[in-house]
This record gives sequence, C-alpha cells and structure tokens, in this order.
Amino acid sequence: MEMKINKTKISKTTKNDLITYGMVILVYIVVQLLVSTGHVSSLVQGLLVPFCTYVIVAVALNLTVGILGELSLGHAGFMCVGAFASAVFSLAFKESIPGGLRFFLALLIGAAAAAVVGFLVGIPVLRLRGDYLAIVTLAFGEIIKNIINALYLGVDSNGIHFSMKDALSLHMEEDGLMLIKGAQGVTGTPNDSNFTVGVLLILITLFVVLNFIHSRTGRAVMSIRDNRIAAESVGINVTKYKLVAFTLSASLAGVAGVLYAHNLSTLNALPKNFGYNMSILILVFVVLGGIGNIRGSIIAAVLLTLLPEVLRGLSDYRMLIYSIVLITMMIFNWSPNAVFFRKRLKQTLTSGRKA
Amino acid sequence: MALLETKNLGISFGGLRAVNAFDISVEKGQLYGLIGPNGAGKTTIFNLLTGVYQPDEGAILLEGVNLTGKRTIDICKAGIARTFQNIRLFGDMTVLDNVKVGLHNHYPYSTFEGIFRLPRYRKVEKEMNTKAKELLEVFGLESYADYQAKNLPYGQQRKLEIARAMATEPKLLLLDEPAAGMNPNETKELMETIRFVRERFDMTILLIEHDMKLVSGICEKLTVLNFGEVLAQGDTQDVLNNPEVITAYLGS
Amino acid sequence: MSFVAHLINGISLGSVYALIALGYTMVYGIAKMLNFAHGDVIMIGGYVVFVTASGMGLPPLAAIVISMAVCTVLGVTIERVAYRPLRGASPLAVLITAIGVSYLLQNVALLVFGSDTKAFTNVVTMPNLELFDGQLIIKSVTVVTVIVSIIIMVGLNLFVKRTKLGRAMTAVSEDKGAAQLMGINVNGTIAVTFAIGSALAAVAGVLLCSAYPSLTPYTGSMPGIKAFVAAVFGGIGSIPGAFIGGILLGIIENLSKAYISSQLADAIVFSILIIVLLVKPTGLLGKKILEKV
Repeated sequence: MEMKINKTKISKTTKNDLITYGMVILVYIVVQLLVSTGHVSSLVQGLLVPFCTYVIVAVALNLTVGILGELSLGHAGFMCVGAFASAVFSLAFKESIPGGLRFFLALLIGAAAAAVVGFLVGIPVLRLRGDYLAIVTLAFGEIIKNIINALYLGVDSNGIHFSMKDALSLHMEEDGLMLIKGAQGVTGTPNDSNFTVGVLLILITLFVVLNFIHSRTGRAVMSIRDNRIAAESVGINVTKYKLVAFTLSASLAGVAGVLYAHNLSTLNALPKNFGYNMSILILVFVVLGGIGNIRGSIIAAVLLTLLPEVLRGLSDYRMLIYSIVLITMMIFNWSPNAVFFRKRLKQTLTSGRKA
Repeated sequence: MALLETKNLGISFGGLRAVNAFDISVEKGQLYGLIGPNGAGKTTIFNLLTGVYQPDEGAILLEGVNLTGKRTIDICKAGIARTFQNIRLFGDMTVLDNVKVGLHNHYPYSTFEGIFRLPRYRKVEKEMNTKAKELLEVFGLESYADYQAKNLPYGQQRKLEIARAMATEPKLLLLDEPAAGMNPNETKELMETIRFVRERFDMTILLIEHDMKLVSGICEKLTVLNFGEVLAQGDTQDVLNNPEVITAYLGS
Repeated sequence: MSFVAHLINGISLGSVYALIALGYTMVYGIAKMLNFAHGDVIMIGGYVVFVTASGMGLPPLAAIVISMAVCTVLGVTIERVAYRPLRGASPLAVLITAIGVSYLLQNVALLVFGSDTKAFTNVVTMPNLELFDGQLIIKSVTVVTVIVSIIIMVGLNLFVKRTKLGRAMTAVSEDKGAAQLMGINVNGTIAVTFAIGSALAAVAGVLLCSAYPSLTPYTGSMPGIKAFVAAVFGGIGSIPGAFIGGILLGIIENLSKAYISSQLADAIVFSILIIVLLVKPTGLLGKKILEKV
C-alpha cells in the first residue's frame, strides 16, 4: 500500500514536468511548421524571440514569487544586467570568437553577471518583508537602469576605459571601440539568437527551475515561504536559502536578457524594456498563470503576448484588459470570501458525488 | 548531569519582566510539565530555549553545552526541537515534504546535485523518503502522505508537527500546548502518542499544558510558573497538592 | 546664489512629494496596505482640472473642487471594489491588486485622453517673488505648494489626534479586530481614510501639474513611487514624518541633479530608500513593531 502511494506520487510530479516540456516542444514544432508554410506574418515572426524572453523571465519570476513567496518588482533590472553584460562581451569579441561559442560564452557571462547583481541586491533586500521588499526591488531595478544609462564604456589598445559622465572623458585612442554609449546603449551586437535558441533556453530554464523545486533546496525555500518561524525551528537557514532562490531567479532573468540583447542590433535601457513597467508586465504573466504554477506562467506569457497580435482590433485595449483580468483574478483567487466559497462548493460537489 | 539546565534565565519586554530567575533541570528520559496561568511566561520560556528571543540574563545548557545566545537553527542542530501553540506547518507542502524538511540537515546534497539530479541526489532522496515514511507511520499519518498539510484534520496536524520535530533527531522535544483545542477523545489519543514517542525514541520531553488531566496523567515532574516566576517545582503529585499552586489556579 | 535657487526648487518639488506622501502614509498607516495606485489617482486629478479649467473654462478654484470630488469618489470606489474583498488576504495579493488598479487607471486615461502630453495651464496665477533685485526668483507655485502642504500636514495631524473619527482611525491601525469589538465601523473608517487620501491626491495633482506643466497618463506613477520613498524615509504611518521625508527627498533629488548627475538623480533617490530601510527600517519618525511567535 505504502509503496504504491510513493510510486504514484513520484510519477505524478515527473509526469507533470514532462507535460510541461512536451508542451513547449509541441508549440515549437507547430510554429516552425506554420512559419515554413508561410502562415505566420513577418510581424509575429519578429515577436517569436521576445516571446521566449518573456517566458523565461516569467518562469524566473515565478521562482521568486511562487516558490520563495516574495514579490520582486525588479526583475527587469536583472534582465537588463544580463543583456548589457552579454552584449558588451559579444560586441568586444565579435571578430575574434566564432558565433556559436561566442553566444554560449555570452550566455554564461549574462547569467553570471545577473546572478552576482542578484546576490548583492538580495543580501540587503531579503532582510525586509512584504511590501518593503517589493518596493526596494523596484528601486534596485530603477537604479540599475539609471546607472547603465549613464555608463560609458570603451576599449582600445590601452585597455578598458569607463566613465559615468560622457564619451569624451573616456580619452580613447583613435582605433578604440565604444562598447556602451550612455543612454544610446550598445550598438552592433551580433544577431546570435533566434527562435530555436530561444526555445532551447526555455527548456533549460524549465529544467533548472522544476528540478530545483523538487530538490532538498527547493523544499527548504518553500518551507520558508509557508512558515518562516517553523522553518527556522527545524534548522533551515532562512537567509541562505532565500538568497539561493533569489540569485537563481535573477540569473535566469539574466539569461532572458542575453536572448533579448542578441536579437537586437541596438540595445537601450528604456523604461519600456527594462523599467518597472516591464517587471510588472512579467508579474501579470505570473499571476494570471497561477502563482507557483510554472506551466501556467508559460501559457499566460504566450497567450497574453499573442492574443493582442491576433486580434488586432483589441490591441488598443490590451493593457486595459490585462489590468482588469489581473484585478479580477486576484480577488477571485485570494479574497477570503471567495476562498471560503470555493471550499464550500468543492465540499458540496464531492459529498454530492459520494452520495 | 541534567540534559537541559537553565540558570537564572530572565527577559524583559519594555518594562514588563516576562520571565525572571527561571531555573529548571530536566533529566534525560523525563517527561516534564511546565504549567501556569495564561500570561505566566510559558511560551516565552520556549522562545528563549529555542533562540527566538535572546535572554537578558542567565544561561541555557544542553548536556552541559552552553546554548545561550545561539541562533534558532544552531539550537535545532544542537538537539532541541519544538512544536507551536498555534500550529505552524508548511501548509502548501505535502505531509511527506513537511517531514522531509525536518530531515533537511541530516540528509545533505548540494543545490547543484539537486538541479542536475546527480547520483547523490537520487540516493539521498531515496533514503529521505524511506525515513520520512517511517516517521509518518509511527504517527499513523502514512495514508495522508500526499495531502497538503493545511488540509489535514486538526488532530493530525498536531501529530504532523510532532513528527516534523522528531525528524530533526532532537535530544529534547518541546511541546507547546499540544492538547489545545482538542476534545477529550483526541486529548486521550494525544497522551498515548506522547507516551509512545517517549518509549520508542527514548525521548526527553518538556511540555507546556493547560489540561490538568493530561499533565497529571503523563508528567513525572512539574514546574509551575506565575507572573514569570517559578511558583513551585518538583514531583507532579506534590506540586499539584501545593496550596500556593491551587491558589494561583483557582484563586483564594 | 545658484545653490539657494536649487534648494528652493528642491523644496518646491519636495512639498509636492510631501503632499502625495501624506496620502500614502495615511492609507498605509491605517489600512496597512501599499496603495500603489495612489500616484495614478493624482494623474486623474490632474486630468480633471485640465478638462474643467482648460477645456470647459471653469475658474481654477471650481476646477480644483471638482477634481477633489472626483478623486474622492474614485478612491472610495477603488477601495470598495478592489481592496475591501481582499481584507485579511496575504499582503502580496493586496499589493498585486493595487498594481493592477494602477495599471487600470493609466490605461483608462490613455484611452480617454491619448498618450500625447497635455500642456497644463498653471492654476496659480499670482506673481512670482523676486528677491535680491531679480537674482533669485521664487515661483508663486512654489510658495503656494509649500504653504498648502504645511496647512494640510497640520490639519491632518489635528484631525487624527483630536477628532473622534481620527481616533477611530488610530484604533483601526493598531488592531482591526479590537476596534470592531469596541464598536468602531472598520470598513467605514478605512473608506474615510481612502477618501481623505484621494482628495489630497487631487490637490497634489493640481500642484504637481502647475509646477511641472506636462500631463500624460504616466505623470503620476514616478512621483507616486518617490512619494512612497519619502513616506518610508519619514517613517511610514507618521504624518509629520511624511512631510519631512517629502521635503528632504525633494531637496536631495534637486541637489543631486544640479551637482552630481541628472542621469543618476533617481538612482540616488532610490538608494536613500534602501539605506533608510537597512539602517533604520522605521524611518525618521516611525514606530517599531514586534512579531509575535
């Protein structure tokens, strides 16, 4: 009897994960078929890589919101770090390293840079609770964006130069290469990412996040989410595991940034791509897909990006609809009255079935 | 040497002396009761023993090792586990996972090994599952293993909390009003469970309780607390017959 | 002299932050929620004045009164429809809902008024102050904003401390359950709090747009967030704290713009939030709360 319970349980979570992977692969095949038969407009084709970016950040953010149980409004900032770190690398080694290897290294660098920033941000931030934590992550996200907008970076035969003032104060040689031009950002990043790379990165992200959740570390993180004091009482190092989860989440957001950066020839840190509005948009995906539900985040990200493109007439109302759906979902899912109502409904249904 | 010893333990909140000059000595294998009226400082003492609060003065010794000023997690590692007056389970996790969190520090593998499911992950997870199910069985919870903890009936939640505490392999188990909110039948069952835990794991238990019947039924020794101070201490029957204790409980 | 000018500009900006922060701190102190949409109520207040004064040609004072009325109704409606059902739910759920409301207001404004910047006519029509033979000009808006925010700060403080309703608010902020048992109408009290906060937002909106005369659907969001920083800086829940925090933040922002870098001014403002929360999480004038185990 006992063994049976065990077997069904393990296969249940594994099955769930496999469905998620399968879903992504299936969508990929369908989209590729549609593209090759010319059923996808060039506009939507141009959106395929940003799709993948959104999906990855949404999964990463769900790790923070759903598994760690803390609200981050600064994930666009980590994306921004990953994007710029990798874009600078790829631009600097555009000629000297071949494409595939260069993109792989760029990925590692983007993920590592975002992880380092996530770790440094996490140390002070994770000491705070609830609303304060959310607003401070928002603040950090904005600080990151601001700093990158003020940053000038160049490289020449004398080495690397950087300044927070303007391009002239870099004092570069004639042959020097400008890497970051302040608010003008990075120009000329090689176009190394495409839809296939994006889907591969989604699968890797899923692999990391799902396996993390089902591991000892994941359980420790969730125990902190459910009851911090009880977690401490059974010997869970709260600070450590919060930091581990937050850093991993930031690093995956960085991966999304790498993908994003290598899809554009010019990369700027604008409010609309790396500001808190982006963080909030990603949060909308996470909430609509179900907090803590990784597969849900993917579905929500794809549906919400795709629907307005398909229903062109609705595109003006897109954000309006998002916000109404967001509020309705929150009230329906979290209001004590609604929770009570659903519980009673479930009880009536199950007792009805038994009788 | 006593298993748990406190010397002159005290803490104040603002102007209020919540616990003052608290001395206790619990021998290995004992079932020790801590009783007293509401607000006497019982739970505060548990919070001091587990490092949730730091004492203003005094010392806490476990097997002669000084635990004063240690953090909660280090105290857990040193061998003190507890339950809470208002049950604190990991509500959205399964019953099995609740116990596995309790096992956390005794079954290590790294985050990296977990993500990439390396051999050690598989081996340790298997051991953890076996151990966790063993514990659930001891507490009669095995059929609930896949339930979300918050969906368990109240009495089973109490048991799960004890199972989770036992998973940390403690030397001393602190139970904070385990019978609170239970009907007489459930209380009786709980008494059986506590006795059983003590026999089976050779456990030392310090328990806070209001239910006199439960206390006199299972505890060998009692400490009575009133307004943060020890009112009486000794063998259960002597303490319960102490006129001062009767006054504190029933009024003069 | 330029330092004094920067300082005065800072005080001007700071007094707008102070006004917004007063609304934030009232709502946070009493309903214990971060009303993320507060900044967007300000924006709506601005649009109402724009439509009534610039569009319909009403006198400024009438426009302001209408704007306050609209914002009050809006604030109370938001509380009733979106926040009240979530009372008792996790703070995370409430915050996300508030973000949703913020988004909703921005996008309604976007659909109704479009994304183009509206040139806001200054409603303060008094002459500017000229000092030192015109070397130092203090705009009349600045003077009015500072005076208005001081009056409101003092008035609110008196209201909360001296009136029955104000004391009910304090009671609700301490313990909703106990307040209810004492016969206080908790829902009503919180609704009044939102009404006052939103009316203040309308005033803040008018003064913000008069001092910085460009109005878009996103006008309120950044000042709103910065005002929250100000409220935290001063000690969330404290009325004088919100005022002091607002003024200080405005000065810091303007001086960093002038002497450090205009690109980095926002980063500096946000760094202050982080430093305050780490060094003294209760802010300059806040109280400490202990968690019960």
